[in-house]
Amino acid sequence: MPATLTPPQLEPRRVIDTPRDADNGAGGRPPVDKRTGGNGDDGGDDFERAAAGRRGPRERLATARIGLAFSLFGILLIFVGLVSAFLVTKSSYHVDAYDRVINSWLPTALPTILWLNTAVLFISSVTAELARRAMFHEQSIMDEWFGLGKPTSKRATVWLAVTLVFGMLFLVGQWVAWLQLQMQRVYYASNSSGHFFYLITAAHALHLFIGTALLIGALAVLRSSKQFATRQIWVDTTVWYWHAMGVLWVALFVLLDFFQ
Amino acid sequence: MNPRLTTENSKLRTEPAPRFTHHRTLGLAYLALSTIALLAGTALSLLMRLHLAWPAWSLPLHGLILPEEYLGLVTLHGTLMLFFVLTIAPQWGFGNLLVPAQIGASSMAFPRWNRAALILFATALSTLLASPFVPGGSAISGWTAYPPLSAITIAGPGQAGGMDLWLAAIAFFALASLVAAVNMLATIITMRCPGMAWHRLPLTVWGWFTAALLSIPAFSVLLAALLMLFSDRHLHTSFFLPATEVVNGLVLHSPGDGSPLLWLHLFWFFGHPEVYIAVLPGIGLTSMVLANFARRRVFAYRIMIAVTLLIGLLGILVWGHHMFVAGLSPFAGSTFAISTMAIALPASAEVLSWLATVWGSKPRLTTPMLFALGFVSLFVAGGLTGPILAQPILDQYLHNTMFVVAHFHLIMAMAGVFGLYLATYYWFPLLAGRMLNDGLGRVHFYATLLGAYATFLPMHLAGLAGEPRHYAQLTGVAGPAGTLLKNLLPLQRHITYAAIFLAAAQLPFVWNLVRTLSGPRTASANPWAATTMEWAPAPVTPPEAAASSHFAVPCVYVGPCEYSPDGNSFHPQWEPLTKVLPKE
Ligand code: HEM
Ligand SMILES: [Cu+2]
Repeated sequence: MPATLTPPQLEPRRVIDTPRDADNGAGGRPPVDKRTGGNGDDGGDDFERAAAGRRGPRERLATARIGLAFSLFGILLIFVGLVSAFLVTKSSYHVDAYDRVINSWLPTALPTILWLNTAVLFISSVTAELARRAMFHEQSIMDEWFGLGKPTSKRATVWLAVTLVFGMLFLVGQWVAWLQLQMQRVYYASNSSGHFFYLITAAHALHLFIGTALLIGALAVLRSSKQFATRQIWVDTTVWYWHAMGVLWVALFVLLDFFQ
Repeated sequence: MNPRLTTENSKLRTEPAPRFTHHRTLGLAYLALSTIALLAGTALSLLMRLHLAWPAWSLPLHGLILPEEYLGLVTLHGTLMLFFVLTIAPQWGFGNLLVPAQIGASSMAFPRWNRAALILFATALSTLLASPFVPGGSAISGWTAYPPLSAITIAGPGQAGGMDLWLAAIAFFALASLVAAVNMLATIITMRCPGMAWHRLPLTVWGWFTAALLSIPAFSVLLAALLMLFSDRHLHTSFFLPATEVVNGLVLHSPGDGSPLLWLHLFWFFGHPEVYIAVLPGIGLTSMVLANFARRRVFAYRIMIAVTLLIGLLGILVWGHHMFVAGLSPFAGSTFAISTMAIALPASAEVLSWLATVWGSKPRLTTPMLFALGFVSLFVAGGLTGPILAQPILDQYLHNTMFVVAHFHLIMAMAGVFGLYLATYYWFPLLAGRMLNDGLGRVHFYATLLGAYATFLPMHLAGLAGEPRHYAQLTGVAGPAGTLLKNLLPLQRHITYAAIFLAAAQLPFVWNLVRTLSGPRTASANPWAATTMEWAPAPVTPPEAAASSHFAVPCVYVGPCEYSPDGNSFHPQWEPLTKVLPKE
């Protein structure tokens, strides 16, 4: 990224200075700004010559990614909260009337379908990444820029749709896992480990559900948005979100399966 | 002077007609929310004080204040003040109004998310204000909502519908804060104008930045805890409920083996950073305003940046000091005592920097300067009791007494409110184009300072004498405790009179606002001779170029406090370097 951390001293060498500085105040035509703001202009995508927030597509992408990163940090902390409660409750005990130390944690045996769900989620991350890469494939971007169809968006649409299908499969799989547990009479309210199993998986499923909504949003933007940068940003941030939820799931699954 | 600039108008005032995603509109809307909360919260606090001093007093149109109603007052007052006044107004209200201008940006990074946050905050406030009107009345668990009672709907009159609305309001609030914090962080990171390097950011921006950084872990963890409390209440779980419990004469069994302590940990992991979120913007602004009126640079500027961040970091490591008597392991108690006392170091560093900045200068004692000095005074007075409460042994006695109430009202509530007044007086010319009257401002300042100390200093004594907090009535108690509390009644009356005086002391301010806002726009562009970017004159933009994105980019050339040694001249951040200045 170009230097936003700026050099110690900045000369006001912005393009617009030139016509105005050349104006000696003796009249004549006022300076006219002929630039279109596109990337072809000098300084079009130049971080130092444009106002913050108007520095072109690269800045928009970077800003969106930073926003996403902090949002993911927040989501991570929600799960850190839940998981630390889980670990503390698991290892806590009370002393009963006969002075016995009682740890009443009954581990929940996880349904095996979760392994399948994990595999499905992994595949969906791969397809999502293919969609993201498609949006940044340089040659197709050039084609699209020249007006030779929408090759990037077409490819990304296909991969995102596949991701969406796999994502929904995962959600259905989680649902099945809950049903299976309930058939074994393990309910949310049964005991402490049941509380945490259902709460953690449901909180994750909710975030994945938001992910599918984002995927649908990204598909809609791919169809409708005229700006290439907008399409890129939607696909890019959605896919990073998706990856993050995938990694989070693996961590939660390992925790629930091996650390009960 | 830069030829492209004119001194007639400041940047904020020439901004195009505000849309409802514009940071200025949103900033004012945030302030409006806080004003509603401030008025309601003040009224409730006066009712509490009247009831404590004259328990038999009956409220017109209502009658006697019942104990559960008193607890409802406490809960609503605390929630309104801490969340809706001291979190929204300094951080999101003034933050939105000033951050873009101070970093030389034309907008926030995500204007539409900003609006979403405002709508969530407004939803939260309406939910909270509706809570007293459901059957049973408002929640009675205080702003900390400790289980098991908060988790059991039959535990009290307000613990059913009122508590549910309270929880919903806080959940909306947490979501809104997360959205707003992401927006603030992204703005400060990506939208700084050319030349605005990190070390040139004003300390106010550092305050907002650190507070936003703290908001994310704090409110996320709170959200997780709210989720668990909600399911304990309605889905028959027992995250925070032990296996067996006797409540209101009923024996209750829970399926799991949860613990109320778990809530305390999660809550205070949020709660302590939350109080820093409330004061950090004020800390930053105090530094800048002291420097501005002393015409000196902030003493040890870069160290102060580090200190701000350090306060934030330590702030998330000290939550256990609220749990010394809750059944914490003694080892954990010592750990938290040490980490808490460690905060005294950066806090003292702030105070030293403030003192060193003004020491021996000849400050102009304008109203903003007075409020900045008032902030320092309250921060010291309230901070001194911090290390006392941080001793587990002393806290055995002082916990849940009026001593704690005195401590946090001085350091957080009063310092926070002084920060808000400071911001209002200082930035009023920028926001409204008019100067608030200085004479009325002085009256307001001295009366408020006097009222604040007269109200909250005696609470230390009440606490030392043993008065517990969250007690509706001090009379009618049998035994020696009754005698003890009865002896405190004269002190109670004094505190109540002082509180009424404190509230009345705000009238000069209201009068000042009305008077000034109905007068003409007479403020000059930079009346305080300030150096930071928000006071930069607006660039003249020829209409045909106004649409061009590249026109008239604000630039920063120097750090935020460049004054000549005699203090008579200064170098604003927006002015190009023509003469050679001493290296920053
Ligand atoms: C900078 C600003 C500070 C703020 C806004 C603040 C705020 C608060 C608040 C709101 C409470 C009330 C807890 C309750 O509901 O019981 C509290 C308690 C406490 N504060 Fe502070 N505080 C600050 C600084 C300090 C410092 C510097 C220290 C120590 C060095 C400290 C130590 C404590 C301790 C130990 C308690 C717990 C007392 C108890 O639970 O009995 N605080 N503080
Ligand atoms: Cu604390």
